[in-house]
Order: sequence, then structure tokens, then C-alpha cells
Amino acid sequence: MSTNGKPKYKVIGTRPIRHDGVDKVTGRAKYGADIRLSGLLHGIVLRSPHAHARIVRIDTSRAEALAGVRAVVTAADIPPQGDRMVELGEGAVNMRHLSANVLAHDKVLYKGHAVAAVAADNVHIAEEACKLIDVEYEVLEPVLDVLKAMLPDAPVLNDDVRTDVMGGSPAASDRPTNVARQIIFTKGDVQAGFAAADVVLEREFRTGTVHQGYIEPHNATAMWNANGKVTVWMSTQGIFTARQQTAELMRIPVADVKVVPMEIGGGFGGKISVYLPPVAAALSKKTGRPVKVIMDRSAVFEATGPTPASYIKIKLGVTRDGMITAGDAYLAYEAGAFPGSPIGPGCMCVFSCYDFPNARVEGYDVCVNKPRSNAYRAPGSTNAAFAIETVVDEVCQQLGIDPADFRLKNGAKEGVRRVDGPVYSRIGMLETVEAIKASEHYQSKLAGPNQGRGIASGYWFNIGLKSAVTATVGYDGSVTLIEGSTDIGGSRTSIAMQLAETLGITAEQVTPSVVDTDSVGYTDVTGGSRVTFATGIAAIEAARDIQRQLVIRAAELWEVDPSTVTYVDGGVSGPDGKRMTFEELAHKLPETGGPVIGNGTSGKATQAGAFGTHCVDVEVDPETGKVQVLRYTVAQDVGTAIHPSYVEGQLQGGAVQGIGWALNEEYWYDDKGSMRNATYLDYRIPTCYDVPMIDTILVEVPDPQHPYGVRGVGEVPICPPPAAIANAIAAAAGVRMKQLPMSPPRIMSAIWERDAAK
Amino acid sequence: MAKKRVVSIKLNGDPVEFLCEPRQTLLEVLRDTLDMTGTKEGCSNGNCGACTVLMDGRPVTSCLVLAVEAEGAEVRTVEGVACGSHLAPVQQAFLEGAALQCGICTPGFIMQTEALLAENPSPTEEQVRFYLAGNLCRCTGYDKIVRAVMCAADKRRAAMDD
Amino acid sequence: MARVFIPAQIRDLTDGQEVVEVNGTTVREVIEGLESIHPGTRERLCRDGQLRPGLMIAVDSSVASSGLRTSINRDSEVHFLPAIGGG
Ligand code: FES
Ligand code: FES
Repeated sequence: MSTNGKPKYKVIGTRPIRHDGVDKVTGRAKYGADIRLSGLLHGIVLRSPHAHARIVRIDTSRAEALAGVRAVVTAADIPPQGDRMVELGEGAVNMRHLSANVLAHDKVLYKGHAVAAVAADNVHIAEEACKLIDVEYEVLEPVLDVLKAMLPDAPVLNDDVRTDVMGGSPAASDRPTNVARQIIFTKGDVQAGFAAADVVLEREFRTGTVHQGYIEPHNATAMWNANGKVTVWMSTQGIFTARQQTAELMRIPVADVKVVPMEIGGGFGGKISVYLPPVAAALSKKTGRPVKVIMDRSAVFEATGPTPASYIKIKLGVTRDGMITAGDAYLAYEAGAFPGSPIGPGCMCVFSCYDFPNARVEGYDVCVNKPRSNAYRAPGSTNAAFAIETVVDEVCQQLGIDPADFRLKNGAKEGVRRVDGPVYSRIGMLETVEAIKASEHYQSKLAGPNQGRGIASGYWFNIGLKSAVTATVGYDGSVTLIEGSTDIGGSRTSIAMQLAETLGITAEQVTPSVVDTDSVGYTDVTGGSRVTFATGIAAIEAARDIQRQLVIRAAELWEVDPSTVTYVDGGVSGPDGKRMTFEELAHKLPETGGPVIGNGTSGKATQAGAFGTHCVDVEVDPETGKVQVLRYTVAQDVGTAIHPSYVEGQLQGGAVQGIGWALNEEYWYDDKGSMRNATYLDYRIPTCYDVPMIDTILVEVPDPQHPYGVRGVGEVPICPPPAAIANAIAAAAGVRMKQLPMSPPRIMSAIWERDAAK
Repeated sequence: MAKKRVVSIKLNGDPVEFLCEPRQTLLEVLRDTLDMTGTKEGCSNGNCGACTVLMDGRPVTSCLVLAVEAEGAEVRTVEGVACGSHLAPVQQAFLEGAALQCGICTPGFIMQTEALLAENPSPTEEQVRFYLAGNLCRCTGYDKIVRAVMCAADKRRAAMDD
Repeated sequence: MARVFIPAQIRDLTDGQEVVEVNGTTVREVIEGLESIHPGTRERLCRDGQLRPGLMIAVDSSVASSGLRTSINRDSEVHFLPAIGGG
């Protein structure tokens, strides 16, 4: 489906084969672990066996004595940070915390926390050496639950954390606490709003700790040269932030670090923060040789990633005819070892799909003895969507209102003031609901017993930030495009397509490359659904720069005034019907002064945000509590789909991650704070046998801030699935699930509870 | 450290000899000794399928095979799927169907699909999903992968009919 | 006059007022103006002449990409919000 009056594009909206495709289907593409350097050493990180402990002593002498061991490092080899916050592109980070996460200082705060690292001739020797490092711990009591960690007598993780209350600390206490931040939004008169409601529902929710689950483990190879210059080869979502984090952590100038992007095997937000580059760099500095460090899968689970577990309470007031009068939300998110959960966006997203005349939102960022939480696709929004969207569904059920109609009545649209303050510009929430309502899926009948259907919506901001592109015209009419956005899902091609569209040439004429930090202008992370939007704008700017230069070259060739020449339809047109195509003019560049290089940047544009509405049919096995997803449809406002296949791919991939979050995925901890399922066997992400085809409806409501109307699409599709599935389960089995994941045992207990109540 | 062994295999059609420690996996030798880095490592314990190769035509997770166990075997990796510069139907179908995003799972899926189609040239969607269930992909949601495999089956059958 | 939306947690400094009208052509000027009406507010929004870490500014419905230097129109709305990243 697309909006009427859509402009006609030649390249945008087509499905060319991605430029890096052949390398990736033949095994030739080089990912982080594939790098080979002469004299390469292999590093292994020793990790804490305890969830919470003081490090009394580390003795590395036995490890250092092992044949084949070249160096051992601990936190003592990473320069001290002092108390400083550094802006790292996606926000300011407390450097002491980041440094202590890379190698533990005086305390370990989660099982798997890095304590020391060894570089040796091969991984096996390095592994043996790790076992020879003697660490004496004073074990402390861990706290693993968000609400328990908020209690005044909870064990405290960080001595330097005080509750940040919007710029000030509460006057009440100056004691260390796990509660790192409080957020409050209010709009209107909440009391009056609830008083005007005919139905008021209040529900509590819990969601589990989940991991991004990228198949490629973290990796980094570093070479600390004798001249003090450091090169890092790694898979990362942001080469420039990786460079800056490495430089700041090692306290060397940013210009002394070069980050070379390798192909990246998935990130979803989890490959922005650095873990290994400073460790590899410190080992390389000690040995004078390149050092490669690759995490194993259990370290990936135990020490990276997760997105927070949460406690959420929602109160919703609605009139008999289905109008929202008030909302109240309380959210507490686990930050993990150090402050920084996505509680801010969680609070901003919880009511963002609707027009709330009156509302209050209160949120807390809380440290617990789990790995430091990181972004995961629309960070903070999925937890919140699970809560609000199931309460909305329950209200609809009580009032006998169709849930799509309820959303059409109350849904956010241009001009609505959000609970956190700003007013929406042009957005497509209602269009996604209409698309679902009109879909064959929503209109169809369910096929059998124990089946149910649910819908849910979700919102994500999408960010703008900064990007740079340089494009060079070849004399044969080709264009090489260089960019700094690491390509995780085909973005090279969608960037090349925007340049091609602007120049009026084909996508195949453009050869895009992702290059290192010395070779392209500053570019922010591949995240926040920003690459196709912001790097796309930079590519369009580069193309316009080329157009301007080509106009001058053509004027010179034709011996006319440049003001009489225009660039249109893939070529230049001049007076008296003069015309040259892009290729014809490219051939003539050598005789008009040589190369034409276009530069483009973007840095000012911000995105309007995106909405999705999902519809799912499930079957609940009443004997086992197993939920089978039978049919799934995603409708999302995608602005303008540049390469529809990869847009669909984002929607499908995000939806399936959301299905995993909904039904299976969760960290299991024992009471000592040890994760008991740190393998893919036990932390079960969906396989292709678990899911059906994921149908997509691309709703195109162009974002006016992008020349072609692009909206970021990558994140919002993970938000609706848990709620949509919970709503479908409620329809199928008559139980309202309030905890994620909705695993068979939880569903069975809900069913037994339901039967007992009868 | 135990003594190194000499192992002879046939790798993508060519005889290859290598020296390895008994504790080294086939995956490690392929990648680190033989420089065949097309085969990927996602978990090293048999759960993700990224390291799938064919051993005597059977798909195996090479992280669970000791290199010495491969003695005498015919091993096929993703580097041996294309015929010269001609992509195999499976590779072509993955490209055309946009069945990869980050691509780290792709070599494993391609090898598993090769095995599937050799065994069953016309699989149903259900059979495809069952056969590929040991290969994890976190990016695509599998929709386009399953479609690409079905399409590769069509392409292969068409090529055989020619 | 620009309309500054006062975050709930610093309304103790604005006598509970949710919106304060202030003159100014940039966010920085608006904060100065706010400070002169409600002393103490600047301190809660800024540190060392910069916006406090963890905050972002939105002018009307857009994130202000030039921080405190962002220019504002006479009838603009200014919001102070938690910073957002992304996955
Ligand atoms: S690396 Fe072998 S199955 Fe995952
Ligand atoms: S494409 Fe990334 S894991 Fe499959």
C-alpha cells in the first residue's frame, strides 16, 4: 500500500542486488574474526565467577610464566579516568564506569565481568594461562531484581551513584544507591481524568532480561605501533564512537586511533559500547604485536548486551464510549552493573501511541548485578509497549470495542501533544492501524479451537545525528561512494540508491564502500534507525555537489554560461537543446580539469518517528501451554521504502526478535547471580521452525525532513510483538499474561489459576 | 600439549594435508590453519549452525568435529559451492531474494540448503523449516531465507531439466 | 515569547508552573531568561555551560541539533527531555 500522489522514482523503490552480496554468499566477505596479520597473538579474557565481589588481590605471575604467554593485563594497565563524562555520539557516558566495565577495578559487579586478559601464541595457551591467574575475591551479596535493588537496605553496587533527579540530587540523602535516575512527566490533570473515566484498569507487569542475540560474537584486533598509533580492526556499529571510546579509555588522542570496520554479523544496539578494543590495545602495547580477542558465546551472554528486565505498572482510564481520559505509568528498568538503562525512552514511549489528555509517568533507572545494559532495537520501548498495549486490549475487551477502532479513536496524530511535552509532526500511526484493519488477515476467520488473534501498536523515535559521504565520478560514468556507516543489513545499497536516484543513474553504477576512520568524515553509529535517513541525506548532498560541478564542466565544454545549464534526468541540459548524459559528460572530465568529487554531510535533520501495528494469530496448547504463532502481519509507516526487500527484512527480523522476547527468551539466574542459560541451546532464540512467514504492509507516509521521505524502519518492529501475542493468547485461552516471556509453564499456571477461579 | 598429527582430507575437491593438535576442531583448522574463513563461528558448541560444512555430503557443525576426525573425508565449505565464477542456484536465490542482512549466518544456511536439496529436491515449506531449524539467523526472521531455499529448489530442478 | 516547558522535577523552582514564557532567540538566552525569573533553574539544566549529560533539548517537535545555540522563534516551544540513543 502506498500513499497516493507518490512521486515517480527511477531507482528508489526498486530491488537491486546488494553490492556486497556476492562476497557474502561465497564466504569471501571479511568479518572481524576473519582478519589475519603477521605476528598475530590471541587474547582471552578472564571473567569473574561471582556476581558481586570485591577484588582483594590479582596475581598474574603463574600465568606469565607459562610458555607461549606474551602478556597479561588487568585494570592497572588501563589509565585511570577520574570523574568525567564524555559525549560519545549517542549521549554522554561516565568514563569511570565504562572503564570499570572493560576491566573491573576494585569490584566485580556481575558474573562474567572482565578481570584480566592474556595474550599468547594461540587461544589454547591463552585459555590455560587464564586459569593460572590467581584472583582473591571477597564475595558480596548480589541483588538481581529491580524492585529489591530499590529498597533502602539493598546491597549497593556503586559507591559513586546518587539518584539524579533531573539535574539535581534529592536533598534527602547523599547515600550511595542503586537508583541512578528518576524521570517524571505530567500532562493535564490526572486525578480529574480518572474521575471522568467509566472504566479504570490498573495492572502490573514484569519483563525478563533479554539479549540482542547477534550471531557474530564481539571481536577486536589491535596493533599498538611503536610510534604510538593504534589500529583496531573490529565489527562495530560505529567506527567513530569505537575510536573515541578506545582513545578516551586509553587516554590517547583520538587522532592516534584508527578503527577499520570489518563486516559486522549483527548488532541491534549491542555493538556500540566497546568491550575488547582497549583490552586488545593494552595487550598489543605490552607485546608490540597485533592481538586478536574474540568473545565466546557464553561471554557474549554474560558480559554484553542485555536489554533490561523491568517492572511496569499501568493505570488507564477510559469512558464508556472508548475515549482515553487519563493514564498513569510507573516504570523501573534494570540498568545492570552501571547506570544507563533506556528508562528515558521507556517513559517517553509508554503513552506515545495515543492522545492522552491527562497522564503521569514516573520512571527509575536501577543498578543490579547483571551485565551493563545496552541498547536493543527501540531500547526501552518494547517493555513499555507490552504493558500499555495489553491494558488497552483488556479495556477494549471489557467495553466490547474493536481494538483497531479504539486505536483509530485515540491514536496519536499530527498536532497531538505527547505526555513528555512536544507536539507530533506528520506521523503515520493511524495509517498503520487502518492498514491492519483493512488487511485480509484481520478480516479473516480463525481456523480452529484454542486460537486467538491480537493486535498491538508501537512507537520509536528514530534519531538523526551526523553522517558524511564522499563520492567520486569515474571517467567511465561510474561513481565510487565512501561512507562511514557500517552496513549490517544492506544499507550500503540503500545509500547508493539515493545517490543514484539524485544523479539519475542506476544503482549498479555506484560502488559503495564502508571505510575506516581516517578515510571518511565523522559518522555516527549504525543505530537509532538512522543510516538510510541521515547517511542517505549525506549521499543526496554529495550527489547535488556533483551535479553543481558537472553543470560547470558542461558549460565549459559548450562554452556557455553555467547559469544556462541545468542538471536534469541523469544528465546536463543547456541552451539550444544541448544535452549530455551523465556518462557522456563523465568521459569528458579529463579534458575539463579532471576528477569530480562530491561531498555531503548531514547533521541537522531529525526524524519524526515511526509507528507500527502488528496482527498475530496464535494457538495455545491447553495441555502444555505452548504457543504456536500461526500467522503474523506487520504494518508499519516506513516513510519511503528505498529498497523494499530490505525494508521488509527489517520488519520481519524485528517482529521475530519480538516473538522470541514474547515467548522464550530470558536470562535465568540462580540466587548467587549466576546465569544458568548462557548458550543458544538454553537461551532459545526463534528458529525457522518456530515462526510462520511474516507478512508486511509498507505504509508510506513520507517524512518531510528527508528529500525522498525516508523514515527509519529498523527499530519499531520489535515493539508490538509481545503485546500483540499476549492479546492473542488472551483471546485464545482467556488468560491475561503479565510477565515476559510467556513460556509454557507461565501459561499453564495462568490456565490453572483461571480454572481454579471458575 | 599432545603431539601434532598429519591429517589428509579432500577440501572442495582438492587434496589437502595439514598438521593439527588433537584438540583442534575442524572449524579452527579450516579458519586458522587453512585460511578458509568463509565458514563462520557463532557459538562453538553446535547450537547456531554458522559453522556448517558438508562432510562426505552430510551437514555437520564443524565446531563439534575434531580436525583429526576428518581424516580421509571429503569436506565442502561455502568457498566450494560456486562453480568458478558461476554462483550456485542457492547463492543466486539468496542474493535475489534478499535472504541475508548481516550475512554471518549465510554460509551455514547455504551449506545446509545444499544438503537439503541434494536429499530432497522439492521440499515443502514445512520440510525446509524443519531441515534448517539448526541454523540460527537473528536478522531476517527467516521469511526471505525460506523463500530463497524454495526458489533455489525450483532453479535447481529447472537447471536439471535443461 | 518562547514557551519553556518546565520539567516536572524542577517545578519546585517555578512555583509549580508548567510553562514559563521567556524572551530569547537561542536556547541559551531562554535559559538565562528563565534563570532571571526563577533562580536556580539554570543550575538544574546545565553544568559547566553545557546542557547536563543525559538531557536533550527539543524545540517544537524537533530535537535541537545545535544544543544551547539552537535558535528559536518567537512562538517556539522549548522542551528539556531525557536523551535518547538507539539500537
Ligand atoms: S559455531 Fe558451530 S554451531 Fe555455532
Ligand atoms: S543475516 Fe544476520 S544472522 Fe542471518
